[in-house]
Amino acid sequence: MTPNTEAELAEIIRGAEAPLRIEGGGTRPLGAPSNGARLCTAALRGITLYEPGALTLVAQAGTPLAEIETALAAEGQRLAFEPMDHRGLLGTTGTPTIGGVVAANVSGPRRIQAGACRDFLLGVRFVDGRGQIVKNGGRVMKNVTGYDLVKLMAGSYGTLGVLTEVALKVLPRPRSMGMLRIEGLSDASAVTALCRALASPYEVTGAAHLQAGPTGAPVTMVRLEGFENSVAYRAEALMRLLAEFGTWTFEADTDKTDAAWAHIRDVGPFQERAGDVWRLSVKPTDAPGVVADLPGAEAFYDWGGGLIWVLAAQGSGLNAARIRSAVAARGGHATLIRGDRSQGVFHPLSAPVAALQAGLRQKFDPRQILNPGLMATGAAV
Amino acid sequence: MEMPIPRPEIMARKAELVERLCEVLPKDAVISDPAETRAYECDALTAYKCAPLVAILPGSTKEVSEALRICHEMGVPVVPRGSGTSLAGGALPTADCVILGVARLNAVLETDYDNRFIRVQTGRTNLSVTGAVEEYGFFYAPDPSSQLACAIAGNIAMNSGGAHCLKYGVTTNNLMGVTMVLMDGTVLELGGAHLDAEGLDLLGIVCGSEGQLGVVTEATLRILRKPEGARPVLIGFDSNEVAGACVSDIIKAGVLPVAIEFMDRPCIEATEDFAKAGYPMCEALLIVEVEGSDAEIDEQLGLIEGIARRHNPVEFRQSRSPEESAAIWLGRKSAFGAMGQINDYMCLDGTIPVSQLPHVLKRIGELSKQFGLDVANVFHAGDGNMHPLILFDANKPGDLELCEDLGSEILKLCVEVGGCLTGEHGVGIEKRDLMTHQYAPEDLEAQMAIKDVFDPKWLLNPAKVFPLASSDARRVA
Repeated sequence: MTPNTEAELAEIIRGAEAPLRIEGGGTRPLGAPSNGARLCTAALRGITLYEPGALTLVAQAGTPLAEIETALAAEGQRLAFEPMDHRGLLGTTGTPTIGGVVAANVSGPRRIQAGACRDFLLGVRFVDGRGQIVKNGGRVMKNVTGYDLVKLMAGSYGTLGVLTEVALKVLPRPRSMGMLRIEGLSDASAVTALCRALASPYEVTGAAHLQAGPTGAPVTMVRLEGFENSVAYRAEALMRLLAEFGTWTFEADTDKTDAAWAHIRDVGPFQERAGDVWRLSVKPTDAPGVVADLPGAEAFYDWGGGLIWVLAAQGSGLNAARIRSAVAARGGHATLIRGDRSQGVFHPLSAPVAALQAGLRQKFDPRQILNPGLMATGAAV
Repeated sequence: MEMPIPRPEIMARKAELVERLCEVLPKDAVISDPAETRAYECDALTAYKCAPLVAILPGSTKEVSEALRICHEMGVPVVPRGSGTSLAGGALPTADCVILGVARLNAVLETDYDNRFIRVQTGRTNLSVTGAVEEYGFFYAPDPSSQLACAIAGNIAMNSGGAHCLKYGVTTNNLMGVTMVLMDGTVLELGGAHLDAEGLDLLGIVCGSEGQLGVVTEATLRILRKPEGARPVLIGFDSNEVAGACVSDIIKAGVLPVAIEFMDRPCIEATEDFAKAGYPMCEALLIVEVEGSDAEIDEQLGLIEGIARRHNPVEFRQSRSPEESAAIWLGRKSAFGAMGQINDYMCLDGTIPVSQLPHVLKRIGELSKQFGLDVANVFHAGDGNMHPLILFDANKPGDLELCEDLGSEILKLCVEVGGCLTGEHGVGIEKRDLMTHQYAPEDLEAQMAIKDVFDPKWLLNPAKVFPLASSDARRVA
């Protein structure tokens, strides 16, 4: 089913007697598999409002992400949360939609500095599990009028309602981009260096470490964006600040920098590699310890260490329980992005939090027809 | 302003309530003498006052939990209170309620500069959070103008903003985790020192829920390294339209100032009389501040000057020293004080799309004439967060009501042009009855459903945010 209007979508949900599998472009089959009838939002398409001078854009949920990015680029703007494209990692085809990005709260390397998708979401319209059309938030940057259902909808994977329209804050695209690189650091040294860079006044917008870069040696990367002179100035300052880690090289080319970070954003290192892929969110300085507790894992770090991508190859002996307990021992969460979903996809919740979430689903989708079970969690560790 | 009628059956059990609270709290943390409870009769919306039945000042999450459990069992409403600086009546008591003040929860629990966060108890004031980390060059970004006094608990309840949120965001963008207590005494944790809590974004819904979902006792806050420097420019224009267009052009040019403040002529005149900051007498004035190293600031201000010059400003004043920066900010920072000296005033905070600025200012001028009350405008132009100040005389019978009516008209105008009722102060009781102008019944129903889950008996701050008529059935149940 591919409704053409919000009203048609509401009608379908009101009349539904069995579970529905909600889909935008179908490029992000995240969460536990769902067997419901396909309900696709791709026909709810189009940018409904774009005011570059107010940094706001409103679009229907099925609008292709590429259409939005093109419109923004024409005005020298962008989505600052840098949403990941899951197609390379998950082997999917199709057209990513803005609704899918919001429903999964997809953010990239710049999340560490600019914020997540949910931080840029100003307003939503959605249809809940009873077929009721609900709006929340609006199109202005500051809005505390009533409860912030906007944040709740971001990352709810369609389990509370089907998004029909989203309003986003956008930001200027900086004139230039550059990055510092160094090879050969251990995980622990790299995370120390990245934390120091992020704690500097130099507005680092990307901080990643690969255990194996293009030459096979470890690579640590720090991204800077802004006016050209400013990027060069801050690169100099950071090289001095981080001199004890070795000699950093500065890549001043915007396109090369962009490509290197798209590789991080889209989990390039694990594309076309066999094995389960996990996404771990931890306190940055805990990250090397978490990885050390997972012998046999291949890992790379984004967000200064706060985001760990783990590849658990078959035969590595790494399973869901081991990965979850390595994270749980320190605080944080682990989500399975690709691979064997039999042990649950999402991190276990504490009993009171699980009760609240179940209560919310009961309210918004009393018949349990919207992606039922998609956000099911693994067993407690 | 209508409030629910206090329930006599609750008031009749005051002695029992006090006795039970004294079993779980230190004696001096339970305040029941009417001479003392009066200290909690209002917040910064002083037009409305009502002493609570009892006020309590728990000193730990455990004490909050035990006190809430007792109130829950006895069916007593609880109104959480930070520092009582709400402009919306968010902490206004009812005569049958317990005020739960977080003032004694003021410790810093952990500072971590490598991971860039601080964990505090929520009674701590906003400015003292920055105070705890500035020695190492860090700060906590949200900066509501009451930051010297307001508590983090209240900031979280209202999702407070400030002058610098164009760049740094508001409370919800800087809040990483909380420890909170539900009305039935259940203690839970959301988020922490890592990013993006697992499961549904409950942290996002708790922030800005005006103390209706739980009592937040501890918070993990993102801290940032201070920029190397900051410098403002002052730009005067001979019309609001041109000033509005200049704001839009600055943003479009790819410069992201940390603040863009706007003052109109009535506001400039009043503050000049009061603070003598040396502002030009013109129709509209912008203060634009940028951050970075000296060279970076020069480059950004050069761009801003180029844009401003194309709009033929009547004045362009660049700061060359900390003293000159302070002089540029002096009038803006004195604006509220200046108004207070002229008269009583009511401060609104509706937000509008920046493109609607000239139209809204014109309409506010017309409404001001129609109601016969002066309105001065000073606001955060970069994000459209207006602060119309309506002047009235509290001693003149009927003037407060007239002022409230004008305020309602201005807020309805904000909603009409695509904005909202409140950008950073919250709904409280002040804008409660206007909610139906912004939201349809289904929209409010969806919000109230959240409270049904967190607080099924509707005991936490029950008479706020939602029009009484729409929450009646729930509160009585």
